[in-house]
Amino acid sequence: MAAALINVPARAKRGDIIEIKTLMSHIMETGYRRTAAGDLVTRDIVTSFTCRYNGKEIFHADLFPAIAANPFLSFFIVAQDSGKFEFEWIGDRGFSETASASITVE
Amino acid sequence: MAVPTRRKFLRLTGQATIAGMVPMVSLRPLEATPAMLASAIRNVVGEAPVRTGKVKLDIPPLVENGNVVPMTVSVAGAMTADDHVRSIHVFNEKNPQPNIGNFYLGPYAGRAQVSTRIRLADSQKVVAIAHLSDGSFWSASADIVVTLAACDGELI
Repeated sequence: MAAALINVPARAKRGDIIEIKTLMSHIMETGYRRTAAGDLVTRDIVTSFTCRYNGKEIFHADLFPAIAANPFLSFFIVAQDSGKFEFEWIGDRGFSETASASITVE
Repeated sequence: MAVPTRRKFLRLTGQATIAGMVPMVSLRPLEATPAMLASAIRNVVGEAPVRTGKVKLDIPPLVENGNVVPMTVSVAGAMTADDHVRSIHVFNEKNPQPNIGNFYLGPYAGRAQVSTRIRLADSQKVVAIAHLSDGSFWSASADIVVTLAACDGELI
């Protein structure tokens, strides 16, 4: 399931500050909602997001139920070398998704 | 059975009212209180003082739909090896939980800015705290009016 949308510029000049945008398709069930019968709906959220740039961790986020469904995250990074960004989402009920994007730095 | 009198009737309805209030009382802890907000902040900053400034918290002041509220936190200043933002923590006052998110960055980020979309269960205050490399904590807060609250009265 292609659940992730990633936006990374394909090329950048060395030293440029680039923005990375990520969107993961996920319900982010808070665990505070009830069914019509009054039972609590079990929590099902993405709890952790990590971004690695050529193997080095550059951004990490702990997420809570207060993050909206389909968690969107955007952050910045200095373009140093050509290579690969790897993204990882981990969540409740064994949820785990990865994605990657390449960049050419001139 | 004794003949119902006005006094007995009033006593019974009084008891019924009290019994009817109990479930409402048990629902109250679902809402974070300013005290929970304060303790969640203490969990992050410890005993260190939190100063106001440097941090910019961008949220629309009037929100129609509390289920999806765009939010951007940025911290002023260049990101260098000696002087950078280590992490940004965002809290709320009235959702069931006081935490919204923790974001960890470093000098290689170039710019200390994070955007996401959050849920707000009520009109309330949102607080963002930045942890700088020199160990200091800086904060910004914003009051948001929410017309359609997240989580409220939602049955599925």
